[in-house]
Amino acid sequence: MTVSAAPRRKIRMHIRPIAAVCLAVVLFWTIVAMFAPLLVHYPVGDMVSYDYFGPMSGEYWLGTDYLGRDIYSRLIVGARYTIGIAFVGLILAALIGITLGLLAAAFGGLFDMVLSRAIDTFVGIPNLLLALVIVAGGGSSIPILIFAITIIFFPGCFRFTRSMAVNVNALDFISAARARGEGHFYVMIHEILPNIVGPIMADLGLRFVHIILLLSGLSFLGLGVQPPFADWGGLVRENMIGISYGSPAVVVPSLALASLALAINLLIDNLPQRIRDQLE
Amino acid sequence: MTIHSKTVGDTLVKVEDLRVTATTDSGREIEILKGVSFDVRRGEVLALIGESGSGKTTIALSLLAYARSGCHFSGGRVLLDGVDLIALDENARRKLRGNTVSYVPQSAAASFNPSKKIMDQVVEVAEIHGIMDKAAARKKAIGLFRSLSLPSPETIGDRYPHQVSGGQLQRLAAAMALLGNPELVVFDEPTTALDVTTQIEVLKAFKAAILDRGMTGVYVSHDLAVVAQISDRIIVLKDGEVQEAGETEQIVGAPAHPYTQALISAFEPVEPEAAGSRPGNSVVLEMRDVVAGYGPVNSDGRPHIVAVDGVSLTLQRGHSLGVIGESGCGKSTLLRVAAGLLPAATGACILDSKELRPQVSARSKDELRKMQIVFQLADTALNPAQTVGNIIGRPLTFYHGMKGEAGDKRVIELLDMVRMPAQFRHRLPRELSGGQRQRINLARALAAKPDVLLCDEITSALDTVVAAKVLELLKELQRELHLSYLFVSHDIHTVQSLCDEVVVMFGGRKLETFAAAHLHAEARHPYTKLLASSLPTLDPTWLENLQQDPELVRKFAHA
Amino acid sequence: MNKRILEMIGGRLAVAVLSLFLVSLAVFFITELLPGDTAQELLGQAVTTEAAAQLRETLGLDRPAILRYFEWIFGLLTGDLGYSHVSDRPVANLVAERLPNSLTLAAITMAITIPLALGLGIVAAIWRGSIFDRAISSAAIMLVSFPEFMIATLLVMWLSVYMQWLPALSFIPATADFRTIVLAFIMPVSVLVFGSCSQMIRLSRAAIADAMATPYVEMAVLKGASRGRMVLRHALPNSVAPIVNSVALSMSGLLGGVIIVETVFNYPGLAKLMVDGVSTRDMPLIQTCSMIFCGFYLVLITAADIIAILSNPRLR
Repeated sequence: MTVSAAPRRKIRMHIRPIAAVCLAVVLFWTIVAMFAPLLVHYPVGDMVSYDYFGPMSGEYWLGTDYLGRDIYSRLIVGARYTIGIAFVGLILAALIGITLGLLAAAFGGLFDMVLSRAIDTFVGIPNLLLALVIVAGGGSSIPILIFAITIIFFPGCFRFTRSMAVNVNALDFISAARARGEGHFYVMIHEILPNIVGPIMADLGLRFVHIILLLSGLSFLGLGVQPPFADWGGLVRENMIGISYGSPAVVVPSLALASLALAINLLIDNLPQRIRDQLE
Repeated sequence: MTIHSKTVGDTLVKVEDLRVTATTDSGREIEILKGVSFDVRRGEVLALIGESGSGKTTIALSLLAYARSGCHFSGGRVLLDGVDLIALDENARRKLRGNTVSYVPQSAAASFNPSKKIMDQVVEVAEIHGIMDKAAARKKAIGLFRSLSLPSPETIGDRYPHQVSGGQLQRLAAAMALLGNPELVVFDEPTTALDVTTQIEVLKAFKAAILDRGMTGVYVSHDLAVVAQISDRIIVLKDGEVQEAGETEQIVGAPAHPYTQALISAFEPVEPEAAGSRPGNSVVLEMRDVVAGYGPVNSDGRPHIVAVDGVSLTLQRGHSLGVIGESGCGKSTLLRVAAGLLPAATGACILDSKELRPQVSARSKDELRKMQIVFQLADTALNPAQTVGNIIGRPLTFYHGMKGEAGDKRVIELLDMVRMPAQFRHRLPRELSGGQRQRINLARALAAKPDVLLCDEITSALDTVVAAKVLELLKELQRELHLSYLFVSHDIHTVQSLCDEVVVMFGGRKLETFAAAHLHAEARHPYTKLLASSLPTLDPTWLENLQQDPELVRKFAHA
Repeated sequence: MNKRILEMIGGRLAVAVLSLFLVSLAVFFITELLPGDTAQELLGQAVTTEAAAQLRETLGLDRPAILRYFEWIFGLLTGDLGYSHVSDRPVANLVAERLPNSLTLAAITMAITIPLALGLGIVAAIWRGSIFDRAISSAAIMLVSFPEFMIATLLVMWLSVYMQWLPALSFIPATADFRTIVLAFIMPVSVLVFGSCSQMIRLSRAAIADAMATPYVEMAVLKGASRGRMVLRHALPNSVAPIVNSVALSMSGLLGGVIIVETVFNYPGLAKLMVDGVSTRDMPLIQTCSMIFCGFYLVLITAADIIAILSNPRLR
């Protein structure tokens, strides 16, 4: 008797046009961040123009900054910092938060209670404040920034994962698995996790937005990525004087940041229904 | 005759070729009602019978010119006193809801606002439509409470919904519907969520209210017996179309349409086979004085909240033992104790003459394999993220180490055992119907090659026709595989058709045991008799002729 | 109020106190992470190992951390807020100067935000799907995505530089008249309101939309309730808990916004003080300011939770 192959499952998801546009924007910035060095026009640190706060032109696509450097190039490289640091921080926060959340939900009992209480502490400290405290204690190097992001955002991942997992835990098929004799790890990874992956991904997307906004805010205050390197927030900071000149140098990095954040927010709001249904 | 000497007048409601379409999120359109036509005459009660998905609730809501979100009226007319409700604008529709046509919901518990007092909600109709002032409305409400046999009619309105029982809430919802003196009252499965014993009180109250006022009513249900008690005419629905329409006695006594006939036959309790008197040869499962519950354990060894209180039972190999009782009696908890999901505080579970440890984690794989549990709601009993093949395959891998081709072969065999085609193993649970999911549930349990199946109300959420097929399957499997069933249910008919012996539970205690075939002969306990007598039959005069000891009713019914 | 409610509230308060304690631990020990230390910072270029060690001893920094922690906590509880070596003044003085300014800013913002956001959220929920709703929701999602410094800089560029309507900095001399004060406040408050409103509008709209999807609201519709009645009398009372929660959450966002706004507009508030303190590694200042902010915030979310408990009808 031959074993018939599983039919290839067609992905029939209705994708709204606005979601497609947002996805394009996100991909655009991701590619820019990844291939930054190949896309710059001028070496990023070089002062290439005598005209500081110069206007947008054919030579300098987005104008020049307060030192006469090409904004476009600095923006491209800035994307790397903003997106890169945020992404690494997100991955770490997600790994820690999701794992702990699953463990807490699967094991329950005292372990869950103690862990939840401990992590709830962090809820009592607003994000930017905690970032300031960590930077005060550890300085503004990139590893510290990544560390700060991880610490600040893993509790949110933990709580979300845990609450989703606890909801699934109450369903009968989990009881059926336990009645079979399955252990905690099997239940966690094979029974619970596949059912919450969708919502967790969406939640991570939202968290990413918060991370880039936080990181830029920190840099804007001068406490994030330090000069001569600059992420988007830092670019705004160093060109603040340009406000009085009405220079694009101040506005462009903010717009870049806003475009990415808005694209992600809109994308998640407009996810295909099937993924959103899992969110109930 | 059905309801004695009613004066039935001219046509009040005329539904002509009603069509309702639903739009799914991806833009696909599904027709829920495919051209339904019927009429309701003044002073009569018309019943809409159908299983889930037949569109009966949609019709009920259409009579209030209401379509749930995602649905819209795509054709036809609903004429109330000559006025087409569907053609009215939103404002006009609003004016007639609660006023001219009112609605008694299926789950009163969910339909009352939890943060407002009951009286405020009942008189809200008067407020909205300016029918009468608050004091007059209050007085009328209390009068309605009294006529619906509610306890403490003067004060019950001052409570919050969660402080009142389900049966009382259902009657309060009826009072709410009657307050505005509507011309038409639509009852949407109002007793489905209630226990059988509670249902009686509520049905009696409804019937009295209807008769007193010469009310016109539309009664939606899936339960033919209930509907036979209360309606004059019946319309049978399936998949959004009318199958048959006629006077109650005709439908019940001499159904013409094959679907109606199938419904009636599924309803009739199957005569328990003589196999009920098979002698048991050995005991496969025994539970001795099991006490279990929730919360911390007191000094006397009993848990803070006791759900199962000293229950003992024996299951013979190859037999089925039914456990019946109403909600909250502890029967489902008993199954969980047997499975080890909720460890017993005291008492023992003995499988194959070997005592089992209370906790699942303390039992051996082989012990766990022999006893498998099957849950009620197949929606939640199957992992939505796994294919059928994986779901059934996991126990094979877990218990027998079967993988790959051998495993796949066995999966196909198991699917065949539950009468499902082999290619279903690639499907996800959401692509199956309720009955199909329940079969997969069974297949998964069978994959372990168990001796005992613990069945937790597995047919309770299924339509009658589908449930009947599942029960047939269970019987065949028992014969083929020599299985033993511990079958929990609240429905005596189901249990009688499947089981050899029956245990009755109430309040965590076992009241008595008797052979299923000899229910009326052997059942001694007053509660069992009450339970048995509370089951409506297809005889339309059953409700009026029902004699129940009010003492018993008060003691045992949750009304 | 019955016993059960009192128990729950008591429990919530106990948790709040515990959280505050744990937060203080976290704040103190994170600031102790630093590789360099205060003594070296203070001595600046003139640092030598002996000088640093001497200074450490004078400042009492060589004692074990645990001891210093308890001294600090005790000091906080008794009113001694520490001493800022960087500015050579007691922290309490610094705080006393700046705290009222920040409070004013926060109070004005919340006074505008809460009614505005709730109102818009409710209106959006009532007329869900209409153009009005879509406009509000789009505006909200955009504002949520925009960083506060962007809104601030754009506003300054437009209103101060281009239109010359408003002053760019918010330093208000004590002698200023009402009109000057108002003008100076408009932009910072606007930025803060945009920021905190957006989150709150989305959350309250979602909470009300959830309540509107319940069976009892459907029942109200079937009784003939109008849209307004449905939302105001049925959905809203049952959304109190999530709405109050959204208020608390937007306060958390407000803190972040205040930090940015005080920096951009050079507003002499507590948040700017703290940011300066971080740049100069002024530990006592940072620690105390953090505790003040966290304390306020914990009070707010505890109050929100207690309101949620009180509004739950099942506990009555």
